[in-house]
Amino acid sequence: MARAIDPRRKALNTAIAWTIGIMIFFPILWTFLTSFKTEAQAIADPPVFFLFDWTTENYRAVQERSDYFRHFWNSVVISVGSTLIGLAIAIPAAWSMAFVPGRHTKNILMWMLSTKMLPPVGVLVPIYLIFRDLSLLDTQVGLIIVLTLINLPIIVWMLYTYFREIPAEILEAARMDGASLRSEVLYILLPMAVPGIASTMLLNIILAWNEAFWTLNLTAARAAPLTAFIASYSSPEGLFYAKLSAASTMAIAPILIMGWFSQKQLVRGLTFGAVK
Amino acid sequence: MGRMTLHGVTKNFGETEVIRPLDLEIEDGEFVVFVGPSGCGKSTLLRLIAGLEDVTDGRIEIDGRDATGVPPARRGLAMVFQSYALYPHMTVRRNIAFPMRMAGLDKAEQNRRIEAAAAALNLTDYLDRRPGQLSGGQRQRVAIGRAIVREPAAFLFDEPLSNLDAALRVGMRREISELHTRLKTTMVYVTHDQVEAMTMADKIVVLQHGVIEQVGSPLDLYRAPRNLFVAGFIGSPKMNLMTGAEAERRGAATMGIRPEHIAASPTQGAWQGTVGVAEHLGSDTFFHVHLDGRAEPVTVRAGGEVSLHHGDTIHLTPDESRIHRFDAQGLRIA
Repeated sequence: MARAIDPRRKALNTAIAWTIGIMIFFPILWTFLTSFKTEAQAIADPPVFFLFDWTTENYRAVQERSDYFRHFWNSVVISVGSTLIGLAIAIPAAWSMAFVPGRHTKNILMWMLSTKMLPPVGVLVPIYLIFRDLSLLDTQVGLIIVLTLINLPIIVWMLYTYFREIPAEILEAARMDGASLRSEVLYILLPMAVPGIASTMLLNIILAWNEAFWTLNLTAARAAPLTAFIASYSSPEGLFYAKLSAASTMAIAPILIMGWFSQKQLVRGLTFGAVK
Repeated sequence: MGRMTLHGVTKNFGETEVIRPLDLEIEDGEFVVFVGPSGCGKSTLLRLIAGLEDVTDGRIEIDGRDATGVPPARRGLAMVFQSYALYPHMTVRRNIAFPMRMAGLDKAEQNRRIEAAAAALNLTDYLDRRPGQLSGGQRQRVAIGRAIVREPAAFLFDEPLSNLDAALRVGMRREISELHTRLKTTMVYVTHDQVEAMTMADKIVVLQHGVIEQVGSPLDLYRAPRNLFVAGFIGSPKMNLMTGAEAERRGAATMGIRPEHIAASPTQGAWQGTVGVAEHLGSDTFFHVHLDGRAEPVTVRAGGEVSLHHGDTIHLTPDESRIHRFDAQGLRIA
């Protein structure tokens, strides 16, 4: 029997949920509002909410001062590129770990995950020096390589989890039906794992898009993505909150829109296998 | 052609010996059933033949050629799995077409074989559906269709009916038998159900702990079980096995008598006892009888009209010519 719902309790729960939701969303909303204020209104005390003179001046200023589209394009190339290369490496890796596990598969998986526990700054100097010697500093290729490597453990883990949900008998049936390893992966495994692969891809594009430590440290101008674009509006030149907010809004808008449209896919992928 | 020979085939998983060195001949066109309790190695043996597992030692020949190291795709065998293992993202038509697509058959020939298989298996109306939209029996027929169109040297069935309900199982059992009669292709069939084994097989291979206990036709196994394990495993209800004075009197450590080879009478007989449980099936009645001075009840098969009930006195007479005798090692005494 379904539990009876007390209307007062339901109203209270709804109010709490909305409050928490708004609290989480508030910084983004505030950034968005500030981007339409003048610099004076942005630092006004008490702060102004909606009742200010809305202006798009900041957006014009930001675009004039720095080339948004170049940064945007760098972000696209770096995040999509690193995700696709990551997938190309991770799909065979996850396949072998899920379907032909060896004695050390579990250890390898844990070891891969453990690399994510290392503070990135710990390897900044060696990587910086390697990049310098290989002329990879401030290049898209360099960033694609480093972001592929840092996100690879997550991609492998996610795909491994999805692949484990696919019954091995189906792949064996394909083998009995005369499929080569390539056909087995291409025609059977990948189509069945599409929800998992899609959500892995989306999540990693988002992670790579938002990655700031390596993108800020390994780029200067040419390959700088949107994270560097935002950072260029922070402190050294004084307080330009309104312009910083405009830059931030422009930087997060594409990924926010993508996330919004793919949220169903993301949720489905992230809960894949939770309920049979 | 689908003649298979296994020479000293062994399989270990780590330290565990799943299949002890084993020899077996499967003739072309034969319907061979591997039967045994769960964990006896019958599915592993089938997977070794299929190539889905590598042998630890020994050789597998298919049609005279050494197939031991040949990958499953190139052994020319088709397999039907317990879980059906259909491709969920493909329609029935594409599921059945898959092996032909892999073999590079031209489209016209593919379609001809799909139509023929679908007609034979009553799947014509379902060709554009996905496996998720089919019932268990239909899914199993798709799996069989997918195996047929390859025109394989032999079919391998891994407990194909155990996910179906009882009524469907009987129907599918007959369909597979008819398929064998029609195609005359070698079939190797794994089951834990001795009724399936008895009704379908030309040859039964009884396995226990990775060892072949006996190979023979269903009636050979029924009439002359080689040891106590086969005696107890083949036949339903199980053979009654007795030790003690009755066995010794007949020169055996253990004697066996099947429920259908004991005559029951309310008035006279060699043994006297009381009826424990009486199962009235209509055509037959099974009595579980507690004999005086024996702990284990004896099962007796009587006609459907015999009306004895719980607590009644019953007299039993075994058919002496149908008594099986076993020595202290559990082996049959000729």
